[in-house]
Amino acid sequence: MEAQVITIGLMIFALALLEGLEIISKVPPLLHTPLMSGSNAISGITLVGSIVAAGAGRTLEAEIMGVLAVTFASINVFGGFVVTDRMLRMFKRG
Amino acid sequence: MREVIMDIVYIVSAIMFILGIKMLQSPKTARRGNLVAASGMLFAICATLVHKDIISYKLIVLGVLVGGVAGVIAALGAKMTQMPQMVALFNGFGGGASALVAMSALYDVALLPEGAPRFWSGFSIGLSVIVGTVTFFGSLVAFAKLQELITEKPISLPAHKLWNLILLLASLSLSVYLATNLDYRFAWVILALSAVLGIMVVSPIGGADMPVAISLLNAYSGLAAAITGFVLNNYGLIITGSLVGSSGIILTKIMADAMNRRFIDILIGNVTIQVDEASFAGVQIKGTVKKTTPEELAILLDSARAVSFVPGYGMAVSQAQFAVRDLAVLLEKEGKEVFFAIHPVAGRMPGHMNVLLAEADVSYDKLKTLEESNSLIGEVDIAFVIGANDVVNPLARDSQNTPISGMPIIEVDRAKTVVVLKRSMKAGFSGVPNPLFYLDNSYMLFGDAKQSIQEVIRAYKEYKGIK
Repeated sequence: MEAQVITIGLMIFALALLEGLEIISKVPPLLHTPLMSGSNAISGITLVGSIVAAGAGRTLEAEIMGVLAVTFASINVFGGFVVTDRMLRMFKRG
Repeated sequence: MREVIMDIVYIVSAIMFILGIKMLQSPKTARRGNLVAASGMLFAICATLVHKDIISYKLIVLGVLVGGVAGVIAALGAKMTQMPQMVALFNGFGGGASALVAMSALYDVALLPEGAPRFWSGFSIGLSVIVGTVTFFGSLVAFAKLQELITEKPISLPAHKLWNLILLLASLSLSVYLATNLDYRFAWVILALSAVLGIMVVSPIGGADMPVAISLLNAYSGLAAAITGFVLNNYGLIITGSLVGSSGIILTKIMADAMNRRFIDILIGNVTIQVDEASFAGVQIKGTVKKTTPEELAILLDSARAVSFVPGYGMAVSQAQFAVRDLAVLLEKEGKEVFFAIHPVAGRMPGHMNVLLAEADVSYDKLKTLEESNSLIGEVDIAFVIGANDVVNPLARDSQNTPISGMPIIEVDRAKTVVVLKRSMKAGFSGVPNPLFYLDNSYMLFGDAKQSIQEVIRAYKEYKGIK
């Protein structure tokens, strides 16, 4: 049972990595900067982990690190999506 | 039951991220794709807020407000030429957040999943702290270099790579120890070692090699999130982190290919090659440098049918993209074919030049890739090289023993006439002299790129009597 937690996790990791390689290799060089800043914003998903760490309130240390993590991840998420939108708005044809 | 619902929530948002990235495959759907991904994030955040363990929202609201406002202000305030450092900075904060979440789990073990073996959690925490901290400090160094707070030149210590290896092995060993004993003191040592490692990994990378560094840090930030997913047994984090990791890996590979470096060399930190001047001291360059003037160019342009522009970092530095756009629009009105030839490593991050030209309202179908450009360049009457150097150096193609040999170039020397806009005769970032400047069909227009282009526009209009 315990070992399954590891194998399922690793399996999901491997499949997602392959899927990522598949779809991302089709993004044209034209959009590589927005791809990078957009995927960057997505990596701020750590925010969901930090929210629990900051809000569970079981130890002071975990709260401090949690609130710092929430701040860091929020910079990444909000800044990342906004800056990507700013760039993508500019790509026009004609 | 709750856990199952949360798993489903995270898988739905991961699917929205995948769809969002898939929509980035075309500029027509890209903007909507970003919104789809952002909605996926909002969904995941809202669902997490009703998590059973959360007893207080004060700190969460504080963190989201402070971070969110700071992020949005930075995102709205940055100039397009500053995109590389903005991306580096945001990236670093993502990595830092992953490391902090892993650390907090050591102070509150209830955060760790019930079913997971302790050694697995401990080891994952160690890895997450390593990768996240390296990302954070590495990105800060990249930011400082790009923002020119510190020199863009490579900085390295004696036996630099050996030190990196020692730091990495020490951190990994401590992570193994953390697997046997969830003691937070070890995690702090790992954090300190990784901070030094992060600084050491990026400091020897020079300015022109930044596209590789940023791609690599992008991959690391994704990996850090995925490993934090292992710590918390959160499938959403694992899927999303590996997606971002693969994006960084692909971009790193594309950058490595575009610089003719082996991917594996880049991964172990051989990004900026030490230049051995003796290796190309024997390169004999024949011919003389010919200067030209805006007035001469006006006459040349009048008889040209096809014109291309090859931008490099110099265009960003002198903010010449708007002037270049004006010239391109003028020439198109005069019935000439115009395109922009974009080398993958032109600028300081992948796609940097495309963003700058899009900002200047250049239609994206005019922005051609390396391969497309080289298939068109033989028909081009005038190729303007604007602040680019190594990416158009024919030695990369014709010589075996320079640091840039084998790097694919935009072969502007095959155009009928080449006009190089440059401040001085200085060599490119690699230090390799550029025989392009001495070719019979090549002319130099010295000065600031923006002013030079504006002068060319003025001279052409005067020559043609256009108001």
